[in-house]
Amino acid sequence: MSDTPADRLARATPPTLARKVRGLSDRTIAWIFVAPTILLLLAINIFPLIWTIRLSFTNYRANRPNEPVEWVGLRNYERILTDPDIWQTMQATAHFLFWTLVLQVLIGFTLAWLINRKFRGNDLMTTLIVIPMMLSPAVVGNFWTFLYQPQIGLINYAVEFVTGIPASSFTMLGSVTLAPWAIVIVDTWMWTPFVMLICLAGLRSIPDYIYEAAEVDRASKWRQFWTMTVPMVLPFLMLAVLFRGIENFKMFDLVVLLTGGGPGDTTLLSSIELKREAFEKWRTGYSSAYAIILFVTVFGLASIYVKALNKVKER
Amino acid sequence: MSAYSVTEPSKLSKWVAGALVVAYTVITLLPLVWIISTGFKTGPDSISYPPKVLFSPSIEGYVNLFTDRTRATPEQLATMPPPDNFVDEIVQRRGEVVTGPSRFGERFLNSVIIGFGSTALSIFLGTLAAYAFSRFKVPLKDDLLFFILSTRMMPPIAVAIPIFLMYRQLGLSDTHLGMILLYTGVNISLAVWLLKGFIDEIPREYEEAALIDGYTRFQAFRKVVLPQAATGIASTAIFCLIFAWNEYAFAVLLTSGNAQTAPPFIPTIIGVGGQDWPAVAAGATLFLLPVMIFTILLRKHLLRGITFGAVRK
Repeated sequence: MSDTPADRLARATPPTLARKVRGLSDRTIAWIFVAPTILLLLAINIFPLIWTIRLSFTNYRANRPNEPVEWVGLRNYERILTDPDIWQTMQATAHFLFWTLVLQVLIGFTLAWLINRKFRGNDLMTTLIVIPMMLSPAVVGNFWTFLYQPQIGLINYAVEFVTGIPASSFTMLGSVTLAPWAIVIVDTWMWTPFVMLICLAGLRSIPDYIYEAAEVDRASKWRQFWTMTVPMVLPFLMLAVLFRGIENFKMFDLVVLLTGGGPGDTTLLSSIELKREAFEKWRTGYSSAYAIILFVTVFGLASIYVKALNKVKER
Repeated sequence: MSAYSVTEPSKLSKWVAGALVVAYTVITLLPLVWIISTGFKTGPDSISYPPKVLFSPSIEGYVNLFTDRTRATPEQLATMPPPDNFVDEIVQRRGEVVTGPSRFGERFLNSVIIGFGSTALSIFLGTLAAYAFSRFKVPLKDDLLFFILSTRMMPPIAVAIPIFLMYRQLGLSDTHLGMILLYTGVNISLAVWLLKGFIDEIPREYEEAALIDGYTRFQAFRKVVLPQAATGIASTAIFCLIFAWNEYAFAVLLTSGNAQTAPPFIPTIIGVGGQDWPAVAAGATLFLLPVMIFTILLRKHLLRGITFGAVRK
């Protein structure tokens, strides 16, 4: 072995110190390695969360830092839960959540099922289909407002081309009935590939011999699909729904750029309303309470859902 | 494999499936093709009806994206020297003069600085933590891992309020450092979970052999584990980068000028009477391009990255 400067230094240092450095116990190393991450998460996530909880009991306004802050107890929570406008945003969020999940699951699963036929070029198609979900939601949302323009947009033109309804007679983003569907369409366009990828992984995890056995038993294709394919993909599908559900519950960027919550309040999702309260009306205390309610809702729903998911997995 | 298998789909069903998937792909990529092509249209071509599929390409959109211009009177134009580059030529033909560079370049650079800065920090901290979680008995390991994951459930706006107040106090608002720390805080959960999965797959025997050879833990980590985990680290880095690259909510709430990234900027590109669509499309194209390339490079690790390693292909 060569005699490096480090070796010489090691010999020169008192043996106790050298042993200490060399022999850092695994436990110490573990702490040194984990601590920075935990500290950063405490500073960027937990500390702000606790601060939000504290603010939610006050009437603080961030744009007037010099005004005295009053402790208002649970009044913010009470006002939110009895405000009919809030229930309107919850309804808009539920509509968005429900239809995006239904469409993405149906289209995503079908696509995965088709791609799993292993035709030539299926890997290339998978890669191309996946591109939309990797793009910036804000930029995508902004450009879709162009595609939705009544006079010049591609969507209205396509509708006129297919159905004959004149393009200038309807505006997707400006109409109270169409706007909620316009945001559902863009979200589905962007995120169906996500569900598709996870379903594909589920389908590929099913071993061939099961089907071979079923074929020997003369089970019909239909029966094979419902008693084998669907149950075995279900845990994967549920995981996809969990991820999409959490993401769409906090949906902000895509919809802000598409409709900004309008027309009227028809596409005012909870996150957008939260942003208005916090950074436009500057009702910091009130919006903090709102944020906590949303967080608790997501967390609660997700926990219940994960329990159900684990049950399905165990079957 | 045998020549005939009962599970192999028939030729016809393969054909039908292929045709349907190709049809979906064409439809789903149409908006993307439209973005890229709009970037090469002139203003009038971009808003003609019916939409123009065939057009003579122009780089006006890109010129508009990178320059600030004002309208010039014919007299002014007559006194101008003849254009010596293509940018001046295009602009002068429209009766305008260039007054300087637009802010797009600056915003794009901010995206690069913040994206790469937060990625480097996330990977550095994430690799250390992932190694510890993978190899050592960390007290409360499962709880800590779940805690790290749960930080992703919060709506960004919910923590944005106190972070906004905190950054104002610390002088971090609208700074690169502030945004790097923030995106690292958001990305680190992904980095730890993904990297732990990759490191779990490296056999422990390699390190044990190194330890017996007289390496310290640090040396074994650096010389044995890191090279083995290199591909995993690289793909994790790209996922962190893509997230920081695309993020909008924090960027729009916490930055105003100095450290603003491109996503809040692109929708504000205004021309005469509304958005300058060729310029918006040009900006979007430049901004989407790296992500599209990464997606194609990443296709093998895609599933792991988007699901925190919860699903493996």
